[in-house]
Amino acid sequence: MAGSDEGGKMLDFADSRQVSLPISRVKLIMKSSPDVNNINQDALFLTAKATELFVQYLAAYSYKKGSGRESKCLTYHDLARSPEECDTFQFLADILPKKILARDYFKLLEEKEKEDEGDGEETDDSD
Amino acid sequence: MAERPEDLNLPNAVITRIIKEALPDGVNVSKEARSAISRAASVFVLYATSCANNFAMKGKRKTLNAGDVLSAMEEMEFQRFVPLLKDSLEAYKKGQKGKKEASEQKRKEKDKKTDSEDNDKSREEENEEEEERMEEEETKEGENEEEEAEN
Repeated sequence: MAGSDEGGKMLDFADSRQVSLPISRVKLIMKSSPDVNNINQDALFLTAKATELFVQYLAAYSYKKGSGRESKCLTYHDLARSPEECDTFQFLADILPKKILARDYFKLLEEKEKEDEGDGEETDDSD
Repeated sequence: MAERPEDLNLPNAVITRIIKEALPDGVNVSKEARSAISRAASVFVLYATSCANNFAMKGKRKTLNAGDVLSAMEEMEFQRFVPLLKDSLEAYKKGQKGKKEASEQKRKEKDKKTDSEDNDKSREEENEEEEERMEEEETKEGENEEEEAEN
C-alpha cells in the first residue's frame, strides 16, 4: 500500500522492484549529459527509482511548507519557495524562479537605474 | 533522429500519478506546479548523472554502476533515499534473475517437446528456437563489440 506522509519522512512504494518512469526516457536524459559513456542496467534502474523518490519528496515538502495547504492545492508558488526553504533543493533555484508582478519588476528596474545614475554623480564624503 | 526538447521530459501522466501518491487525498495540483516538478525531475536526473559520472571517472571506469548512483545520492544530500534504493535494487536484481531463469527453463522444456512431437509442430518450434538463438547471437555479438570498443 503506498502511503503518504508529511514531507520529510520516507515514502513507501507498493512494489519496490517496479519503477513507473520509463527507463528508456531516463536513459535518454542521462546520455545527454556530456562525458557519459555507458550506463549499466542497475544504475539505470536506480536513477529512475531515485527520480521517483525525488518527485514525491519535492511535492510533499513543498505542499507541507506552502500556503497552498489552505486551499488544498499545490501551486507553483509552493514549489518556487522550496530552494530557499531547504538547501537540498538549491540546485533547482534557477529553474523554479519566483514570480513577480510586472509593475513591481518595472519599479525595481527604475530604482536600479536611479542608483546607477546616482553613483556617477555622487562623491564619497566619508572622512 | 534529432532530440527534441520534449524528449528530455518525463511523461506527464506518470509524473502526475507519482505526485498524487505523495500528497494527501483530495489535494489538487496546478498545471504549472506539475510542469515545474517535471522539469525539476529532468534536472535531477542530469545532476545525478553528472555526479555519478564523477565517481565512475574517479574509479577509472567508463560505465556508470549502481555504486556510483548511490554515492551521487549521498553527495547531493539525498542520503534519505539510499536505504530504500538499496532494497529496491535487490528486489529488482532478484526479479531480473528470475526472468532469466524462467526463460531458460522454457527453452529446456521446448527442447524436450520437439523430440517427442509431430514433425510439423517441431518445425514450427525449431523456427522459433532459431530466432531466439539468432537473437542470442546478436546480443553476444553486441557484447563483443562493446568489449572491443572498451579496449
